[in-house]
Amino acid sequence: MTAELGQIALILALCLTIAQAVFGLVGAARGWDNWMAVVRPATVGQAGFVVLAFLLLASAFLANDFSVQYVAMNSNSQLPTLYRVAAVWGAHEGSMLLWATILALWSCAVALLSRSLPLAFASRVLAVLGIISAGILLFILLTSNPFIRLVPAPFDGNDLNPLLQDPALAMHPPILYTGYVGFAVAFAFACAAMIEGRLDQAWARWTRPWTTVAWLFLTIGITLGSWWAYYELGWGGWWMWDPVENASFMPWLAGTALIHSLAVTEKRGLFRSWTLLLALFAFSLSLLGTFLVRSGIIVSVHAFASDPLRGVFILGLLALFILGALTLYAWRAGQLRSSAGFELWSRESFLLFNNILLVIAASLILLGTLYPLLLALMKLGTISVGPPYFQLVFLIPVIPLVTLLIVGMHAAWKRARLAPVKRRLVSIALAGVIAAVLLSLTFGGRPRTLVFVGLALAVAAMLSALSVPFDHLRRRVTIPRGVLGMSVAHFGVGLFTLGATVASAYQVERDVSLGMGQSANVAGYDFRLTDLRSVEGPNYAAREADVVITDAGGRVVTVLHPQKRVYRVQQQPMTEAGINVSWRRDLFVALGEDLGNGVWSLRLQYKPLIRYLWLGSLCMALGGLIAATDRRYRIALARERVDTDTVAERA
Amino acid sequence: MKARFLIPALAVAVLFGFFWYALKGGDYDPQLIDSPLIGRPAPDISTVTLADAGRPLTSKQFLGKPFVVNFWGTWCVGCREEHPEFLAIAKETDVPIVGIDWKDDHPAAVAWLGQLGNPYDAVGVDDDGKIAIDWGVYGAPETFLVSAAGEVIHKHVGPMTVEAWRKDFVPRLAPGGGK
Repeated sequence: MTAELGQIALILALCLTIAQAVFGLVGAARGWDNWMAVVRPATVGQAGFVVLAFLLLASAFLANDFSVQYVAMNSNSQLPTLYRVAAVWGAHEGSMLLWATILALWSCAVALLSRSLPLAFASRVLAVLGIISAGILLFILLTSNPFIRLVPAPFDGNDLNPLLQDPALAMHPPILYTGYVGFAVAFAFACAAMIEGRLDQAWARWTRPWTTVAWLFLTIGITLGSWWAYYELGWGGWWMWDPVENASFMPWLAGTALIHSLAVTEKRGLFRSWTLLLALFAFSLSLLGTFLVRSGIIVSVHAFASDPLRGVFILGLLALFILGALTLYAWRAGQLRSSAGFELWSRESFLLFNNILLVIAASLILLGTLYPLLLALMKLGTISVGPPYFQLVFLIPVIPLVTLLIVGMHAAWKRARLAPVKRRLVSIALAGVIAAVLLSLTFGGRPRTLVFVGLALAVAAMLSALSVPFDHLRRRVTIPRGVLGMSVAHFGVGLFTLGATVASAYQVERDVSLGMGQSANVAGYDFRLTDLRSVEGPNYAAREADVVITDAGGRVVTVLHPQKRVYRVQQQPMTEAGINVSWRRDLFVALGEDLGNGVWSLRLQYKPLIRYLWLGSLCMALGGLIAATDRRYRIALARERVDTDTVAERA
Repeated sequence: MKARFLIPALAVAVLFGFFWYALKGGDYDPQLIDSPLIGRPAPDISTVTLADAGRPLTSKQFLGKPFVVNFWGTWCVGCREEHPEFLAIAKETDVPIVGIDWKDDHPAAVAWLGQLGNPYDAVGVDDDGKIAIDWGVYGAPETFLVSAAGEVIHKHVGPMTVEAWRKDFVPRLAPGGGK
């Protein structure tokens, strides 16, 4: 019964989303309060049914109901309970349902937390979210139904892809999707404001906390994905520039640009058409990411579901959402006028350049992701785009971006004066250079300009970010949460840069073959293979090694237990690396192949400061959390009077 | 309405046009990207081996019998995925498999083969990507089948599988296959 109930729940949800959209748009256009009154209950109702459908699918997984095709394809009676839950989003159909569920929860949150907004505006926002939900639910029901029965039911299931049987990856999709889908709220706010023709600072203030929360989830989601790739894929890389990774990174860059540009729009009423466009693009890029992954148009290991029919359907939805919004934009943005001005040396200019650089970075990555495809289609020959391209084009905008961040944090709005902060900036720059010299000496090796620049920028960014709250403390003024959030996030940028620079420049990697009792030396650490045995997991068999690591002084640092697993059902070998973590470095051992005669190949790695890269990313997310909980977002928004001078002229 | 505000909508519309063409009009399947090379003489490979930069490797060494050319790199996730499949394929056939290590770090590539096993009869390096351009490689991994007469008779895009080997490669190895 669960599958049938789930199906019915989805159909009911679809009906309610249509009501949500129609009553919202028509009610707001006509000013019919009784129509608009339907929108909130419809939203909460559809969210309830979508969540119910999701829970029913989860219960089918927990009950090992292999008569449901999707469960049979992605689970197994031996699969541990935690992964049976994660298997719900382990493949295409379920991950689309997860997408819809998260959108439903965001919509529900908007419905419940928007009571202080003008009714017509809130109705339009929910109506736009309703249109998106309806499209996704239709997509699920027509092309990707997870509730289809399998007759006759198999005795046991096909098991979850072993790559996905991991705690970090179990959490990765829900968090990542919360970020992706959260940009739908900014998108809906932008569309509602454009429909209404009321693009004022209040719009930016309402949008800001939602955008920041979506962005912080996306940040955590991407970080988890990177961390997972590091220890699970078995070769110690943390970013592959795979199309699917790019698909999550592009909305992140657009979202980062958006939260900065929203600040300018809220505080100064500037960049309004630009901010709107970014709000549209952040969500469009999220949708594009879904499309690229789902359509199979770009080959990638992550693309676990490719089906041309689904591709055409998603393309249609994308065209409807994105082109619809951009047409609205073409119509409305032309009516905006900016009255305020600013000087070159001001926070506005820094944020403008920040936006330009972030958009350049996102565009270059988009270009690299789509270029091979476009050229092949235009029969202009083929070209390869690999990590070397992305690494290069990403560094070009990022170096000036971090430099701007160091200075820009100290610039005031409208017209800043250099003199009061000059001394501070000079000492920060000096400290950065000195720290870079010291770090280069510590890690040794031949000096490289790019590494030196990276180190100096990283330290300067951290110091510059720290100096902001310290300055408030020294002057005994309370620090607003927005400012604190900014400095924590920017400190994170510095920490990330430090980790990424040092880990890439100074890592040591060796692939060795070791027999029992033999050892190899990596970066002053001695790795000795002391034991090998067979172990049994719940749904896999593994060979596990003991690798004793001693430091230069002969002290035992740790004993690592890397595994080579073979999952029984899918017979896929998996590497489970052994990692020793400390604040200075990671020591990483992955077990390779049995070379015969008791000799195994092992990959040994020394990764200095690599943890700081993920810690830095989490700092950015924490900064977002602090900023999003700023008190001024919680004051009654209804009392805000709209600045008439910034209201768009009605055409 | 000012024209410049239409630019984003137009740019996205053009992009979607491409996607549409890719999905529908072009009868496009990324697994089956048409290679203009099919039925034409295989481009020359002239490079050195990965193991020894002093040893030349040319496609002429393999002419006269069918052989397989596989483009890979340690930076490529799909290559990692197909690697065990190639090990299995190498076990069931004596058709030589020539690996082209594409734009890669040589020590990493040597280490990779040491760690994961080496299915290749020979591995050449393509540091500047010229061989890949000659062969019209669209993205790693890609695998080509060259006939005894030296013509490219099949191309496989994306991770190779034993199944694809049996289904698409083996039949073309028979005399008269691949026509």
